[in-house]
Amino acid sequence: MSEEIKSEAENGNGNGAVKLTRQDFITDQEVRWCPGCGDYSILAQVQKVMPELGIPKEKIVFVSGIGCSSRFPYYMNTYGFHGIHGRAPALATGIKAANPDLSVWVITGDGDALSIGGNHFIHAIRRNLDLKIILFNNRIYGLTKGQYSPTSELGKKNKSAPMGVIDYPINPLSLAFASEATFVARSIDTDPKHLTAIVERVARHKGSAFVEVFQNCNIFNDAVFKPFSDRTVRDDKMLYLEHGKPLLFGKDKTKGIRLNGQAPEIVTVGENGITIDDIIVHDETAPEPNMAYILGRMQYPDFPVPIGVFRVADKPTYEEMMAGQIAQAIHDKGRGSVSALLNAGETWIVDEDGEQKPALN
Amino acid sequence: MSLTPTPEEISPKHHLEELETVTIRFAGDSGDGMQVTGSQFTTTSAIVGNDISTLPDFPAEIRAPAGSLPGVSGYQLNFSSRDIRTPGDEPNVLVAMNPAALKTNLPDLEQGGILVVNTDAFVEGNLKKAGYETNPLEGGTLSGYRVFRIPITTLTLRALESVKIPHKQQERCKNFFALGLMYWLYDRPLETTLKWIGEKFAKTPDVAVANTLAVKAGYNYADTTEIFTTHYRVGKAKIKPGKYRNITGNEATAIGFVVAAELAGRPLFYGSYPITPASDILHELSKHKNFGVKTFQAEDEIAAIGSAIGASFTGHIGLTGTSGPGVALKSEFIGLAVMTELPLVIVDVQRGGPSTGLPTKTEQADLLQAMFGRNSESPVAIVAPATPADCFNMAVEAVRLATKYMSPVMYLSDGYLANGSEPWALPKVEDLPEFKVHFRTEPEGFLPYLRDERTLARPWALPGTPGLEHRIGGLEKEHLTGNVSYDPDNHELMVRLRAEKIQRMSQDIAPLEVFGEPQGKVLVLGWGSTYGSITSAVEHLREKGESVSSAHLRHLNPFPKNLGEILSAFETVIIPELNLGQLAMIVRAKYLIDAVSFSKVKGKPFKVMELVRKISEYL
Repeated sequence: MSEEIKSEAENGNGNGAVKLTRQDFITDQEVRWCPGCGDYSILAQVQKVMPELGIPKEKIVFVSGIGCSSRFPYYMNTYGFHGIHGRAPALATGIKAANPDLSVWVITGDGDALSIGGNHFIHAIRRNLDLKIILFNNRIYGLTKGQYSPTSELGKKNKSAPMGVIDYPINPLSLAFASEATFVARSIDTDPKHLTAIVERVARHKGSAFVEVFQNCNIFNDAVFKPFSDRTVRDDKMLYLEHGKPLLFGKDKTKGIRLNGQAPEIVTVGENGITIDDIIVHDETAPEPNMAYILGRMQYPDFPVPIGVFRVADKPTYEEMMAGQIAQAIHDKGRGSVSALLNAGETWIVDEDGEQKPALN
Repeated sequence: MSLTPTPEEISPKHHLEELETVTIRFAGDSGDGMQVTGSQFTTTSAIVGNDISTLPDFPAEIRAPAGSLPGVSGYQLNFSSRDIRTPGDEPNVLVAMNPAALKTNLPDLEQGGILVVNTDAFVEGNLKKAGYETNPLEGGTLSGYRVFRIPITTLTLRALESVKIPHKQQERCKNFFALGLMYWLYDRPLETTLKWIGEKFAKTPDVAVANTLAVKAGYNYADTTEIFTTHYRVGKAKIKPGKYRNITGNEATAIGFVVAAELAGRPLFYGSYPITPASDILHELSKHKNFGVKTFQAEDEIAAIGSAIGASFTGHIGLTGTSGPGVALKSEFIGLAVMTELPLVIVDVQRGGPSTGLPTKTEQADLLQAMFGRNSESPVAIVAPATPADCFNMAVEAVRLATKYMSPVMYLSDGYLANGSEPWALPKVEDLPEFKVHFRTEPEGFLPYLRDERTLARPWALPGTPGLEHRIGGLEKEHLTGNVSYDPDNHELMVRLRAEKIQRMSQDIAPLEVFGEPQGKVLVLGWGSTYGSITSAVEHLREKGESVSSAHLRHLNPFPKNLGEILSAFETVIIPELNLGQLAMIVRAKYLIDAVSFSKVKGKPFKVMELVRKISEYL
């Protein structure tokens, strides 16, 4: 590896010159998700992206909590840590802070990240550790067999809510924006091309990169995303965000989103005097996340469901600042010496005759 | 030239009397600066050659209403010309800065003891807040004590007339006046404190001048007035030659972990969430970034330990610190560290419980939590320092065991050790143990759960090492491969291996030593912060010719190998604990002996005489 390439690879975000294939990232462990589960698609796309990054696989760590998605690290032939429920961000924080050279991925689910692990999710994102967080959102608890999750729709009937859910759901993107995320995206298991592109952008971002992936649980919550993601309707029901491009959708891209005051509304270009100039141009790098927040809250059936990159910001990472303070302390005080540490403060010496005198440090 | 002439030179009128040991308690409102006063007296006493032991006692509230009973803050110190191990049972001297301090502390003062009161604070409002119907300074209620009524506030203000600082700030210097009084009364030099004031208030020279004047004024007041007819000298203690510093348990803990990480050759990572009485460890460690120490103030107790486990997986010395309630929150993660067999040290600075309990008071009631407070069979090693300075040794020991055996280690300190202080004989760097850690790098034959034959430790293989990519986690591991396994026989094997690994540590820890004869009538067995009281009590009885010995456990899981043998050589084993008999329960179960449990749960340490009385019942 040349020095130049090496230095780029060393922040853990890739571009090194290591030549690997998808096969290198597959373990000998039998994949145990239910046949037809959306997790297979996500695993396949991640395994496909990994060789593209040029990061040696020993420098990659997958960390997870508990839930169906959290089995993911067992299937990645990298380093892996299958943690406890909700706490993957805490483990990942220690891993990344201890060795910023690693590419650290957090695999989590809607229950893991937003319910039991909500606190860690917020704080890992706000600290802007360089973590790649993939949230598999299937709006249900799968591993415990079908209870509602914090993203389940109001009124939905399931094992633990036979008369319907009476909790209002949380919007993962809203929470990420509120936590000052520097990278927020969304994708879906049924669009491998889009998912691959997003995973690669997640990998390249420096700082906490968060992506919500709509993932179908075909056993306990089948087809929950189908009303807008099915091939036959998705042109009209989904909005693909592209930086610098107007927010257009529909088969012939004539429908668009404009702002009416603070509220988004659907308009048709060429009707009622609406021109392309009325349509919002997507700016993922906007300094404030206000517009991204508005987009993140557009939901089916009132709006097309946006997917893509909502927000990208460039801020120093936690581990950079931590390393910076250590370097500063060493620069200012010199590398710590055990002898100096022991002998610090007010010391005194007792000599062989029992006489005591203050020691000169 | 000395700043303070010897008393004989300037005041032949005062009688100087020699004493062996003195216990002073400074008590006042939590805003009165009693902790500073006490710690200054301590440092000076150490430097003049006394043996010392201290116990601060402060309220849980940052600022309880001024003058109220819950707002009283105290600092007790024992200084002596002989070897001492405790802050003293009953103070011989009480300095009470206000009525509330008098009310809460007077019951502890010895009969005939010296009582110094700041009369200026004994005004109606303060008396009412302290629950006094009448002024206790009037009438005969204090007739059992030698009372010195001194208008400390007024005298301080008069001394500071020339200093241009606000009136309120002048008033705040009264603790230094009281300190000056006590320096004269116990024949101490002022230099160390004057130097400290100069450094501490370097940025506010007016305050430095004010405090300097206040100390001198207190000293001179005592010297020139006839109020004290006698002052006292406590001679130098016979102390082992060496270099010393005064240290609290929390400081020694923090320094111990920094040094342990240096000995292991890896950076220290400390994940912690603020909690009394452990927070000072976080404060101290965050000052040592030039050792490469990484401190992470996490969002909660759970993230604190999780980050430490993550750092440990990545080859750092993973450390987390808290008190009992925090350990409760960390329990699931401790179990993960047991399952993943990663080195980790969990510091528990115990306090009174259950629940939030008594945050600033001491207790030793987390032993069973440390042993058993997790789901399923989840063994961890447990060590416990015996004195504030011993915190250093046991911190090093905890890291040594954790890294050598790839295991979590619980380190049980307590509030009394954490905030108490004593002189620490500084170890020589070359005498510290060597335990550089080694990581697996060779891919050939690598299996994540292939164990060392002697220690049963699995290899420590760090992310970033080519060819050793592997996955660990909380699901049961297959022996050798570490793959997920639900096989019944494998599970039993792994449960037994994890238990056996902890027990194997006993081959690697120092045998238990007996203080006194190796056999006899009574053995007093202790652990943790009760060392000072127990040893003093046993020494006291032995000097009277009694057949009593003591032994103090610093390893609680596993026990030293020779514990059973020692226990069987005595007719009676007494186990004093600041809990309802937790060590006693384990010892009775493991060694089938009828050990006597002696409990105290008042948020305070044992007094020596309490132990003497209890032990005497069995002699």
